Amino acid sequence: MAQQSASLPPLDVTRAPEGGEIGPIQSGWRLALREFASNRLAVVGVAILAFFILFCFLGPLFYHGNILETDLINSHDPPGAGHPLGTDVNGFDVLGQLMKGGQAALEIGFFAAFVAITLGSLVGAVAGLAGGLVDSTLMRVVDVFLSVPFLFVVLILAVRYGATVLSLSLVIGAFSWPVPARLVRGEVLSIRERDFVHAARVAGSGNGRLIGRHLLPNAFGVMIVNVTFQVADAILAVAYVGFLGFGLHYPNLDWGDMISDGVGYMQDGYWWLIYPVGVCIVLTVMSLNFIGDALRDSLDVRLRRR
Amino acid sequence: MTAYLLRRLGTSIIVLIGISIFIFLLLHAIFPSPARVVLGLRASGAAVAAWNKQNGFDDPVIVQYLRYMNHLLHGNFGYSYAENQTVAALFTERLARSIYLSGISLLIAILIALPLGIFQAVKRNSLGDNIATSLAFILYSMPVFFLGLILIQVFALSFPIFNFEASQSTNVFVVMGDWHSMFLPVLTLVLLTVANFSRYMRSSSIDVLAQDYIKVARAKGLPERLVRSRHLVRNASLPMITLIGLFLPALLAGNLIVETLFNYQGLGLLFYNSLGKEDYPVMLAYTLLGAVFVLLGNLVADIALTVADPRIRLA
Repeated sequence: MAQQSASLPPLDVTRAPEGGEIGPIQSGWRLALREFASNRLAVVGVAILAFFILFCFLGPLFYHGNILETDLINSHDPPGAGHPLGTDVNGFDVLGQLMKGGQAALEIGFFAAFVAITLGSLVGAVAGLAGGLVDSTLMRVVDVFLSVPFLFVVLILAVRYGATVLSLSLVIGAFSWPVPARLVRGEVLSIRERDFVHAARVAGSGNGRLIGRHLLPNAFGVMIVNVTFQVADAILAVAYVGFLGFGLHYPNLDWGDMISDGVGYMQDGYWWLIYPVGVCIVLTVMSLNFIGDALRDSLDVRLRRR
Repeated sequence: MTAYLLRRLGTSIIVLIGISIFIFLLLHAIFPSPARVVLGLRASGAAVAAWNKQNGFDDPVIVQYLRYMNHLLHGNFGYSYAENQTVAALFTERLARSIYLSGISLLIAILIALPLGIFQAVKRNSLGDNIATSLAFILYSMPVFFLGLILIQVFALSFPIFNFEASQSTNVFVVMGDWHSMFLPVLTLVLLTVANFSRYMRSSSIDVLAQDYIKVARAKGLPERLVRSRHLVRNASLPMITLIGLFLPALLAGNLIVETLFNYQGLGLLFYNSLGKEDYPVMLAYTLLGAVFVLLGNLVADIALTVADPRIRLA
């Protein structure tokens, strides 16, 4: 708009008409994203989570702490030169361990959430679409899984079969699918009565196609919110298993494991063995909870500012 | 209402049977027989087979399941070979202590969370509300053991006011009187629970405050104090009944961690020790007990809600 004639403004078809700005029609996802980005806690959550992902997975490329070879001369060094967060009983570098433990926590968190949401949404969609006996049978199975104390079973399985990133993810995922199953079922129950589903059915879609193309994509909002909380819960569960002494084995380690190693030295004042790890767990879980809350607010159309 | 309760009871019994089958099969698949625990790692294969035959561990799974359930219904929870005691004896010894720890924590947490949530809703977005919300958010994201360790550091090591180990007495009445030792374990569980409950209490109170009957009560000139005590508290507390039922699995897990952390001789610590000893009968009985407790808790919560809320009762 550099050249404007002095006397008459030129006819500008792109100018806003009377009654305010008309933006391009935005998709629901774009609106949700804008709503999400305007939530201060959500931005903080994404920033913290991104920081921890970079810290844990890229950090070891730049910072080489000794976390493999026992070095008893340098055990229990307080934070200082060479060891920004000190060393533990074996002379392992705490900062290096934090990165390694964080990798395990994040990997298990995301993978377990993936297992849970996949299983849960399939069961939920089938139950919601089929209705009747299939629905009530599947929902009783969900009730059974919800009543079994999650941590107990995870501990028993971790004790018996040994804990690895894969086994812990599968076990945690296999026992946390009932909540997403219930949520997705609830969504499917309302979506399946909508006109486009009837249309798809008339056009010849089978049940599998209905679930994959129409029901699950429309329940995606509920699923993505739940995934965020599932990751947070899985990271906490891993911390519990590790703290109780049934976590990953050397040379792998997890955050809960590190804290339980440090507990014995609390009276000696070796604070660096406990508090940095604890703060990492709290911040990671809190960032995921922030993101989950914000996603729920931004995907809920009723709450959205227009 | 009777029909609803009967239907609810019926599904609970079906789920209860499902739970027992599921947990029994799962643990049976993991630990087929305690023979190795009893006979030792160097026992011959023939001796193990003979022991299994003698004690019925080579029967088909369905027979073993039915036998276990039959024993369970007669009060026989199995025999802990690692502790050389019946599981029932181990449980009765510790049950009262666990109930006391979880019960008193839950009670205190409700007594704090209800007024706190209402206060936060009434004084929404005030400084006090923001502080309480932030604290709840941090506590909610914190592993229980880390919270316990911070409390131990502050109240037992830095300022030695309380004991860092829970009461070791076997008498639950002595435990109740020993606040010096019980303060920190109870405080840990209370903080965990309040962080969970106060958030829901706050949002439930905010919902109620927006209802028309609150406006009516104010419009007819009822003093704000009575609006809160007669209309707000009673209606906002209803969802808490369901929430307490849903919180029971987390309470059991918290109980396990807190008992381990503070070395409190309850059921959680017994279960924790059984993990290290591969004491399968204790694991099986405790997991089953936990699941039944969660199921019954939710059933009681549903019935209590039906009794408390006429809208559900009459529907």
